[in-house]
Amino acid sequence: MDIHNQKIKRILLTLPILFFVVLIGILALLTLETREGRDPSIVPSALIGKKAPTINLPAISDDIPGGFTRDDLLGRVTILNVFASWCAPCLIEHKQIEKLSEIGIPVFAINHHDKVTDVTLWLKKHGNPYEAIGFDPDGRASIEWGVSGVPETYIINANGFITYKHSGPITKSVLKKKILPELEKAKK
Amino acid sequence: MNALTMIKIITLFILLSSGTNLKAFAVEPGEILSNPKLEARARSITKGLRCIVCQNQSIDDSNASVARDMRLLVRERLIAGDNNKQVVDYIVERYGDYVLLRPPFQTNTLALWIGPPFLALIILFIIIRFLITQRNQSKSSSDHLTFSDSE
Repeated sequence: MDIHNQKIKRILLTLPILFFVVLIGILALLTLETREGRDPSIVPSALIGKKAPTINLPAISDDIPGGFTRDDLLGRVTILNVFASWCAPCLIEHKQIEKLSEIGIPVFAINHHDKVTDVTLWLKKHGNPYEAIGFDPDGRASIEWGVSGVPETYIINANGFITYKHSGPITKSVLKKKILPELEKAKK
Repeated sequence: MNALTMIKIITLFILLSSGTNLKAFAVEPGEILSNPKLEARARSITKGLRCIVCQNQSIDDSNASVARDMRLLVRERLIAGDNNKQVVDYIVERYGDYVLLRPPFQTNTLALWIGPPFLALIILFIIIRFLITQRNQSKSSSDHLTFSDSE
């Protein structure tokens, strides 16, 4: 009887330790994942693998090329970039957007929660690499695209399906390590 | 410290401690629907939807711009005649299950739902086992006592 009791006691004592070790293991794995660039605070997009939303976006003004629907995206791999003149990271990624346009990728844009005068001035000052810009002052179209904040960038394949989404600014390394390879994948 | 500063401090304290009440006013007056029934449905829906940029706050509570856009969308869908489930599905289709503050019961959330009650059961089992062995122990030791008494 005593031996049996001791056995149970020993098991009871090791249980919390075992539990603790497993917990630490799980946390360590999660930390490593974050270190490899998977940020758990970034919402995974529900729209990947789905058809791009059919949304009819007006142009900002007559002077700026803009206004498009999903049909304009079909037939080639395109990029859709969500930006605003008030968004500082958007300015950071502007050079990379220009680069994408230079290598022949049609870049479309949703201008998110902006004012006509502000965005017109911004484009004049920093350049307009976009094929067409859709004006979305009330953020309604952004919801259709599942946008959570600016900047956000989507890759759409020739059939109009969303294949990739990047949240946050496209830096040089993001362009090289993520966007360009994903563009190649979308072309297949 | 005179009475006036005392009153000032108390007022400040009350204002600060009522911060949680102030939070409930994220919904702006212009957003509220004139139909109180629809508005009540809108509030109940938006309380269950996560603000995607502010971690663990509902869009009903949040002042974030995307939360406001989503609140307006919920009301727009209700006016268009959607039922509550259709409205929620509309948003989940675009933002995923992540926007639901109450995660749905499905295969990838199984551990989340089953885990805690499962752990509670294990603990209960351990406690019962412990109590039984302890009772047996005291019984056998009291048996010993009576034995030695009679000796």
